[in-house]
Amino acid sequence: MVLSTPGPALHSGALPRHSALGLFALCLAVTGTLFLLLLLSGITPAYNIAGAVFFGLVLWAATISAVSFLVEGSRRAKDRLVTALVCTSFGVALLPLISLVFTVVTNGIARFDGAFFSESLRNIIGPGGGALHAIVGTLEITLIAALISVPVGLLTAIYLVEYGRGAVARAITFLVDVMTGIPSIVAGLFAFALFQLLTGDPGIRLGFGGSIALSVLMVPIVVRSSEEMLKLVPNELREASLALGVPNWLTVGKVVLPTALAGIVTGVMLAVARVIGETAPLLLIAGYTDSMNYNPFDQRMMTLPVYVYTQYTQPGTDVQPYLERAWTASLTLILIVLALNVIARLIARFFAPKLPH
Amino acid sequence: MRSPRRLGDRLFSSGALAAGLLILVVLAAVAIFLVAQSLPALTAGGTDLPAGFTSFWSYVLPLVFGTVWAAVLALVIAVPLSLGVALFLSHYAPRRTARALGAVIDLLAAVPSVVFGLWGITVLAPFVQPFYTFLSAAFGWIPLLAGPVSGTGRTILTVAVVLAVMITPIITALTREIFLQTPRLNEEAALALGATRWEMIRIAVLPFGLPGMVSAAMLGLGRALGETMAVAMVLSPSVVVSFFLLRSENPTTIAANIALNFPDSYGSGINVLIATGLALFVLTFVVNAVARAVVGRRGGGKGL
Amino acid sequence: MSKRITLKDLDAYYGSFRAVEGVTLTIEPRSVTAFIGPSGCGKSTLLRTLNRMHEVVPGARVEGEVLLDGRDLYAPGVDPVLVRRQVGMVFQRPNPFPTMTIRENVLAGVKLNNRRIAKADAEELTERSLRGANLWNEVKDRLNLPANGLSGGQQQRLCIARAIAVQPEVLLMDEPCSALDPISTLAIEDLIEELKQDYTIVIVTHNMQQASRVSDRTAFFNIAGTGTPGRLIEYDDTRVMFSRPSAQATEDYVSGRFG
Repeated sequence: MVLSTPGPALHSGALPRHSALGLFALCLAVTGTLFLLLLLSGITPAYNIAGAVFFGLVLWAATISAVSFLVEGSRRAKDRLVTALVCTSFGVALLPLISLVFTVVTNGIARFDGAFFSESLRNIIGPGGGALHAIVGTLEITLIAALISVPVGLLTAIYLVEYGRGAVARAITFLVDVMTGIPSIVAGLFAFALFQLLTGDPGIRLGFGGSIALSVLMVPIVVRSSEEMLKLVPNELREASLALGVPNWLTVGKVVLPTALAGIVTGVMLAVARVIGETAPLLLIAGYTDSMNYNPFDQRMMTLPVYVYTQYTQPGTDVQPYLERAWTASLTLILIVLALNVIARLIARFFAPKLPH
Repeated sequence: MRSPRRLGDRLFSSGALAAGLLILVVLAAVAIFLVAQSLPALTAGGTDLPAGFTSFWSYVLPLVFGTVWAAVLALVIAVPLSLGVALFLSHYAPRRTARALGAVIDLLAAVPSVVFGLWGITVLAPFVQPFYTFLSAAFGWIPLLAGPVSGTGRTILTVAVVLAVMITPIITALTREIFLQTPRLNEEAALALGATRWEMIRIAVLPFGLPGMVSAAMLGLGRALGETMAVAMVLSPSVVVSFFLLRSENPTTIAANIALNFPDSYGSGINVLIATGLALFVLTFVVNAVARAVVGRRGGGKGL
Repeated sequence: MSKRITLKDLDAYYGSFRAVEGVTLTIEPRSVTAFIGPSGCGKSTLLRTLNRMHEVVPGARVEGEVLLDGRDLYAPGVDPVLVRRQVGMVFQRPNPFPTMTIRENVLAGVKLNNRRIAKADAEELTERSLRGANLWNEVKDRLNLPANGLSGGQQQRLCIARAIAVQPEVLLMDEPCSALDPISTLAIEDLIEELKQDYTIVIVTHNMQQASRVSDRTAFFNIAGTGTPGRLIEYDDTRVMFSRPSAQATEDYVSGRFG
């Protein structure tokens, strides 16, 4: 028999196909058992899932690159190490999310009851009560903010895409950029300074001020997303309309806007989702109260994020009911934001017209 | 065939222009109001300031330091993590699941900051406290990690972790987009040369995405600088300059300081807080301007 | 219906760049005139000056005169919107409005202008326009379905129906078949043949056979090089242009020696 080696080798030392996954399971099992032992020996009070997963991932990254280095050589080992690191970072990024969702749901479910959604905190000391006044405040303040921001933002976007040329358009684009970077607390300070000057009341608090602050944050988001959507409308449709003898404004109003509508609505809903969880500006200008206030133009107005904050930071002697309410309000807030996101994406998926090409 | 310029056209275009100009007016108003309300604070003496401070500048500088320090620490954690996640979503995860996994990461951005604060103080701080004790015991010779360790875990490092979690989805989303725009040809050229996946990423993807990565990090920094509630809730603050990560005495940030003190302030105390807000505005403006300049040089600011 | 178009020493600019220079020609009513020439010679630009669509591009402007039955489209005070209602246009790629049904697309010129139209009149106009575009039989059962469900060729005929529904005098076509398959192209060419009974038709085409098949008169444009303006080289009966043109460049182009 003659052994021939035709040219350079095509095979090199290689780990079996699913060895990475197998090692991963093994490492998880090792750290899982380790933390179980820690639990049983009484060192940790509860089973530490996050710790087990985290150290499992670290152990995996170390072993897979070591094994690969021995079998496959340094280049492949480096590749394996990076793969492990990249996958680990994704896992690490998920951990806070999982922990947060788990905590909010388990702690928030206790008071997720009828009273929470039908009562305010007026005259409540200790357990009971609800967040209806905060929910009403959040809805009113955010709705007014949207009513201000959507026309301003949308019209600005229309100006930038359909009319804007030259220095004015560049200046507005730049200012929208600047506005995007305004920290939310600065928006709150602005609203406070504005209404303090208008009313002369040095300690002014009112819900409408919160709407103004949120509008400052929301307008640039609406401008940006609407601008993107309007730019997606093919020029051919504008030309088709103009060539039919339709004036420019009707072309924009009846061809461009309807075509971009689904995208614009999606952008607006995402913008609402972004500002509805804002706490700092509302803390400054809308203030906090335990009572229902339907009038955004007078007196303090409670909102859900501020409710979470004050329930946690200003508890009574028995902390537990306050903490429970804070968690339930957090859960409610997250559910609202999630619902807005889901609806926005559904609109984008099902109502957007199929554009040519 | 003759008619004057249409009324509808004129109304519509001037309405659109008016909206654009309104933005200009609002921003001017923000600047004017903040400056006007800040002026009394700039000359404020000891009686107008919290106890222990003689001038406005001695009060604001530690706050500026705390703001930048917390944001930079957050960035140090968030940038490598975000790059890893972005690479995972753009080049490692199976095509079909990448979109869904990306949406999961985006969920992090949907969580309101006050909830992050609540989570940070009730879950994360107690969770990391034993690690801090261990870190300080093992690596206490590194000045940053010197003890005595905070017994609650409510330190600047915990704040940085919470901030990092909050800005990770932002940086990830931007860098993922940029990684996905890497010219396919460059990637295939690298692979055709016999490069492993990591070598391909190092040769083709990372150099292409560098400006985008820098600007994404800067935008994340801008967000971290202005973040209020998570810091205000997690930290047990004091207005000092301190680099120690694990001690119970921590520098606080401008935004958190305003949120904590504003409800109980009156008179010139409010002016002082507004003046610190102005400092924050200027700080974020500079950071965002740098981010935009980096993107601008690259020639396209898509998605930013 | 149907009007004569006269161009007098027409220059078209994009900013400071002159795309078309010194074009003078007359287009007869109830005829098909083809603009041919190599890419970048300004034939599409010239076409768009005929209904003031040229100026839709930022920085674009026109010097010279375009007379529609003797009235200058570029005289001061002329409303481009009213010009476009008399001079319709069909584009290179079919561009029905994606948010509208087939019927709404046909009636777009009426509906988008906020004009009221009785239901019976709307029905009548829809059928007449679709019949005019040879599309009625194919779509009469699905008038209320979205327009982008149609094939490319059907979409282009829908665009023609949409253009003739505003009852223009002139119909401009900018390479109307370049995005279509041969069978759809044939359908459009047959349609052009019928439409010239009622309209003045100007068609830009890259396809020499198409120009020789459908047009009565042909104008050949050329450029001296990139960055130089396009000029009218020769304008004559189509038969003459394709058999014994007087300019050498025309002969080279129509015989496929360049372009």
